[in-house]
Amino acid sequence: MSILEIIVFLPLVAALAIGLGAPARFTALGASALLLISSLVLAIQFNTSVEGALQFESSRTLLKVVGFPELHLAFGLDGISLVMLLLSTIVLMAAVLVSPKEGDLKRSPQLYYLSLLLIAGGAIGAFCSTDLFFLYAFHELALIPTFLMIGIFGHGENRVRTAWTITIYLGVGSLILLVGLILAVIALGGSTFNIAELIALAKNPETGIAEDLQPRIFLLLLIGFGVLVSLFPFHSWAAPAYAEAPAPVAMLHAGVLKKFGLYGLIRVALPIVPAGAEALANLVLILLLGNIIFLGFVTIAQKSLDRMLGYSSVMHMGYVFLGIAAGNHLGLSGAVLLMFAHGVSIALLFALSGWLREKYGTLEFAKLGGIAKQVPKIGLLFGFAAFAAAGLPGFANFAAEVEIFIGAFSGDADKLSPIQWTTIIALWGVVISGVYMLRAYRSIFMGPLPQKLEAPDDLTWSFRLPLLILLIALMAVGFVPELLNQYIRPAIDGLFLVTTG
Amino acid sequence: MPVYYLEIIVVALGLLMLMVDAFANLKDKRSIAWIGMVGLLVVFGLLFKVEWPESTEGAFWKFYTAGDQLALFFKGIAILTTLIVLIMAIDFSPIVVKQTADPEPGAHPQSGLGEFFALPMFACAGLMWMASANNLVSIFVSLETVTITFYIMVAYLRRNVGSLEAGVKYLILGALSTGFLVYGFAWLFGVTGSMQLSEIATALANPEVNTTAALFAFALILVSLAFKVGGAPFHFWIPDVYQGAPTPITAFLSVGSKAAGFIVLMRLIGPFLASEALVDKVSIVLMALAILTLIVGNLAALPQKNFKRLLAYSSVAHAGFLLMALASTPRHSESASSMSPATVIAFYLGAYLLMTLLAFLVMTTVRNQVVGEDLDSYKGLARRSPFLAFALLIAMASLAGIPLTAGFFGKLFVFKLAADQENWVLLAVGLIGASAGFYYYLKIAVSMFLVAPEGSPTEGENTSFPINPVARIAMIALIVAIIVGGINPNIILGLL
Repeated sequence: MSILEIIVFLPLVAALAIGLGAPARFTALGASALLLISSLVLAIQFNTSVEGALQFESSRTLLKVVGFPELHLAFGLDGISLVMLLLSTIVLMAAVLVSPKEGDLKRSPQLYYLSLLLIAGGAIGAFCSTDLFFLYAFHELALIPTFLMIGIFGHGENRVRTAWTITIYLGVGSLILLVGLILAVIALGGSTFNIAELIALAKNPETGIAEDLQPRIFLLLLIGFGVLVSLFPFHSWAAPAYAEAPAPVAMLHAGVLKKFGLYGLIRVALPIVPAGAEALANLVLILLLGNIIFLGFVTIAQKSLDRMLGYSSVMHMGYVFLGIAAGNHLGLSGAVLLMFAHGVSIALLFALSGWLREKYGTLEFAKLGGIAKQVPKIGLLFGFAAFAAAGLPGFANFAAEVEIFIGAFSGDADKLSPIQWTTIIALWGVVISGVYMLRAYRSIFMGPLPQKLEAPDDLTWSFRLPLLILLIALMAVGFVPELLNQYIRPAIDGLFLVTTG
Repeated sequence: MPVYYLEIIVVALGLLMLMVDAFANLKDKRSIAWIGMVGLLVVFGLLFKVEWPESTEGAFWKFYTAGDQLALFFKGIAILTTLIVLIMAIDFSPIVVKQTADPEPGAHPQSGLGEFFALPMFACAGLMWMASANNLVSIFVSLETVTITFYIMVAYLRRNVGSLEAGVKYLILGALSTGFLVYGFAWLFGVTGSMQLSEIATALANPEVNTTAALFAFALILVSLAFKVGGAPFHFWIPDVYQGAPTPITAFLSVGSKAAGFIVLMRLIGPFLASEALVDKVSIVLMALAILTLIVGNLAALPQKNFKRLLAYSSVAHAGFLLMALASTPRHSESASSMSPATVIAFYLGAYLLMTLLAFLVMTTVRNQVVGEDLDSYKGLARRSPFLAFALLIAMASLAGIPLTAGFFGKLFVFKLAADQENWVLLAVGLIGASAGFYYYLKIAVSMFLVAPEGSPTEGENTSFPINPVARIAMIALIVAIIVGGINPNIILGLL
């Protein structure tokens, strides 16, 4: 067993143990702490001087038959997947810590913690896989647990319906993605699922995919991955699901799992069908403006915190798409950095909103107000998180967005290209997110205190720890983006290295 | 050990069970099932010890294929299905006894039960023979052995109107389809002058073959076999018969009978697909059949409220995916780059066996405690028995084709095959069908996990389900096989 295999299977084994009767919260805590520590160890051991090569590789051949690509259970990390692995383990740790104690759950705690581990395990497996098949398959592992978590432990009257919607939506999106992937594999000779080999084949002008076929495959991949990332106009599942999901699930899903679609676009779609991506670049630009501007306004119009956070997380995906659309070093590395930053900040916000819902029983702006006096520490933390999400300096999001904007705007100065126009419009998104975040902060924490609100206890330590973990991650990367950029840069260089070589 | 001993042993076991039932004066007739179960396990082990004959001279080998690994695989499917059907039959026996016992004083209180365990053995022998049949005569005789046994088993609950209705429907339509089959065989013999499949293939491959007559034979045979495997529009019997038949028999029908139907279909349609003169028209018909079956099966499953009917339409839908593989047979055998449809179909059926039997096992266990088979009876199952709910969830996930289950590889292989042949229409329909599948299979998960059980909640919380230990072992084995097969499909493909 290589260390990566252990990391990938640890959450699944822990979930199995819980299913067989191990103490639920204890096992989940232990597994996520182990995961966090081992992923940090991997980050320290990671050799940042190698360009683009995979590290900690392991591979087992599973299937070798005529007419079907060879199938390997293969794992490995490059800089991008390492950052995503770190994101997954950090958010998982926080999510397990903020989960209610066994006694406070209305239904089986085993099911609750088991599902959490499976959701995270799916994300971790997908990020560590270097085999296209398992990249896809691990992501799907999270589908059913998410469904159960929202349906059983979610809030609100409509939760069963919401659980349905998200499952069908993501299931169908994955099927479209699957077809795109199968077609890409067949077009590349149909002999392997290994992502690195597929990319090498695609870069070779003799074996690459024909120019006229590329846009079609890219479109399928864009729709497939786009549904998973809630790209406009496939976003409608996201906000209700996050609003009605239990806080830890919203943290994991919005923070980690949703990034899978972006990860797939960067790691698979762009390198395999580059001409297709170029041909459809303008479409992507229009859609991402839909995310940033249209959904930005939708976010402003929300009347309760959970929905607002849901829409804001959808909206911020637009920036990542902008970085991907820029397609240069700076844009792409900004995109990866924003995936991390957004994941951590949205997890922090969902954790806080979960706490508020539990203590005050509502998240509607109209019913809350002035509670900073009652719970000053929560107010402070929420302020930090809101500033981070709005992209203020000092937080990781700022560093990432700056990279994306500069990356996207770079180019000839004579005449503005479509992407530069897009960047100019997208910049207004920063204002929009400032508006809704500050508005939410004002109406919840500032102003007059409605008389009915009872003052709950301020933070307990067990709840403070996960928030601090997330906040430290945000600020550390915010002040020293190099912490993660040192991993991202060689990986992005690697993507380009193969391009030219 | 010569391969044909397997069938002989299974028939002998069936006879032994009948004799024990008649003469041994057992207190509890459920022990008869144990003879069958242990015997079948032994026969399953013997599958790996089979010796092929050195020469295939002699009359016998004109009726029975030699050296055919695929036939062994399908024999394995038949044996495993029967084994699990017997496990279910033990669970189901109280209902059988209620519907069949002799009311006269002095009669054995379980007087109708013995044959219920013995009949599946004869069907099993028939299915095994079908897997090896290579002559129109042996195909017909083995097929009828199976079908006639099924007529009895479907109508077995003789005081239950639903079961009798199902039996009559199955009898009439089955007889009709047999008529089609025989008529098709007659035409085929007329066209090719042989009963032997290998000779038929040579004759059909001749470019001067009478295409009109050959296509007529093809159409007749296809109608009959589409009836057996549940291809639309010949699927109308399936929901009613599945619903009315005793649950273990429904499981038997939906797995064993379908698997055998498909191997016969492959053997009979293969020569047509290999013939240059016929392949174009034959492919179009197969494609139309596959598309129609996919659409009808998947869309009709959507509104179902009865679990057995839902599984019936799901079995039609899966027949659609299997036909999709058959319709995507590589033309002119020039593309060595795709898997052979026979391998894909065999794998799909292997996976289908695991997940469908798991679902039926859970269903029979639940049926002991809950009256009726409506989806509503599964409300709150997760609270009453987390294990059963988990088992059913895995079965449904695999049937829906969610990755990391064996069912996903089945669908993936089929889609890959269709994409290899650039069969885009078929691929698109298959995708629509698979997405519809997400909905109707998840519907069961919703009932189990998200809806509170009926009645007072405290009562519901406390009544758990007793699970027969053998059934539990079978369920765990099936769950493990589904998941391992979903990670490493080689455990099934390796057997081919």
